[in-house]
Amino acid sequence: MDDLRTSSPNATYTAHCAEGELAYQVDTSTGTAVFFPRVIAPATGAPLEWRVSKGLGTVHATTVVHTKGEPPHTVALIDLDEGFRMMSRVEGIDPMAVRIGMRVRVRMHPGEPPYPVFDPEPGQ
Amino acid sequence: MSGLTPTRLTRASVAIVGAAESELGQCAPGTTPVDLMAQATRRALDDCGLNLADIDGVFTNASQLRMPTLSLCEYLGLKPRYQDGTGIGGSSFMTHVQHAMLAIEHGLCSVALVAYGSTQRSVSRAAASPREWNPYESPYKPFMPATAYALAASRHMHQYGTTRENLAAVAVAARQWALMNPVAWEKEPLTIEQVLAARMVSYPLTVRDCCLVTDGGGAIILTSAERARSLKQKPAYVLGVGECLSHASISNMPDLTITGAAQSGAIAYAMAGVGPQEVQTAQVYDAFTINTILFLEDLGFCPKGEGGRFVSEGWIAPGGGLPVNTSGGGLSYCHPGMYGLLVLIEAARQVRGDAGQRQVANCDVALAHGNGGVLSSQVTVLLGSGATI
Repeated sequence: MDDLRTSSPNATYTAHCAEGELAYQVDTSTGTAVFFPRVIAPATGAPLEWRVSKGLGTVHATTVVHTKGEPPHTVALIDLDEGFRMMSRVEGIDPMAVRIGMRVRVRMHPGEPPYPVFDPEPGQ
Repeated sequence: MSGLTPTRLTRASVAIVGAAESELGQCAPGTTPVDLMAQATRRALDDCGLNLADIDGVFTNASQLRMPTLSLCEYLGLKPRYQDGTGIGGSSFMTHVQHAMLAIEHGLCSVALVAYGSTQRSVSRAAASPREWNPYESPYKPFMPATAYALAASRHMHQYGTTRENLAAVAVAARQWALMNPVAWEKEPLTIEQVLAARMVSYPLTVRDCCLVTDGGGAIILTSAERARSLKQKPAYVLGVGECLSHASISNMPDLTITGAAQSGAIAYAMAGVGPQEVQTAQVYDAFTINTILFLEDLGFCPKGEGGRFVSEGWIAPGGGLPVNTSGGGLSYCHPGMYGLLVLIEAARQVRGDAGQRQVANCDVALAHGNGGVLSSQVTVLLGSGATI
């Protein structure tokens, strides 16, 4: 468990992002993947261990957000192969062409802090 | 169902005896959320013949007030024996009914006021309910809450073949009902084609798939069934209540196509001793058109996945087999932010038989279903007329 005076779940997650890694946690009592990052595991209260995802996933749900004065953008829920779900964006494709079931791969979007976005896997 | 705990509350131990809206729509500059609560409270007291001094239990929540029971009690000059500011979004007031029932059954209070007010149209939605920063969602710029409901809709369309036309049918039915409600915000008819052609907000939801943004509020008064029978109005007995909290952020919703209404409804039905076939009108929190479809399925009015077909066949519209959101709903009547109390008010009016032109014939059982957050909190209340006890 984090000493919250010196470290936090979000700080650890963000540090991984800065290294180009998508980090998640695993419940040490059940092996279940956990996301978003926490200090203890949901439901069991067990300690958590950090892991780095291979970054491959599948689009679970998708929408296209229309904001005045900006081009439409996707917001999607991505199921990572390790068994956790997260919100993100699918880039490099017409937003309306993002499909549920599409295979995607993570990439760090430069920012302060950097954050994970996804690109469609080739051949889809 | 797992997690289904039998309630120890007593069916029909309390009743809604007074119910009233404040002004709805657009209020004068300077109007506060508590002004609207107080106006609705005065009207609800007049409705049942009780006085402010009779109120000894206060239940309220409002996104514009940090300590809502303090604000309301100060304004009304009340020192209640019992108070509760539970806040779980738009379904808070259904939970307040449950907590008021508990408090009245145990003698913690005898006359409970549940009140709500919002000036979100006047001050802007962003000012009225600022959103928390979520480091795992906010960077992706979801337009909340619409984007969360759009994601749920995308799964329903993918899994069950639900169409944008099905979603639009919900908005059109709501508008048809609203045209029979003199205080509804929307006054003009609406077609499927108009819904589809409206400005896109978060695909597949256009602005006509989204609830209104209005000012407004309401109040209900509850007391024991025994006392209720001596008051002015026919009591709307609380037959059953059930609640389910399933997540806070849409990324963490266990299944985007199954809401906590499946659990809250099952608990409420079991307590009430009725099933969906006995419900004569369902008032369900329609923040977005997909809500109505999800709740009709999860509350047992049609099989999972068939909500789209159900609404497109006209079941929920005037003249249909299951009148739904007879006030016009959040889509066409009013939507002052946390709309659940207005859902309860319409359900109470239907079982009292005083819903005017939109009254459902022989309405003895009405369901009021509240939704909060992003399909996060689900609370179901079943109300019954004197014929049900």
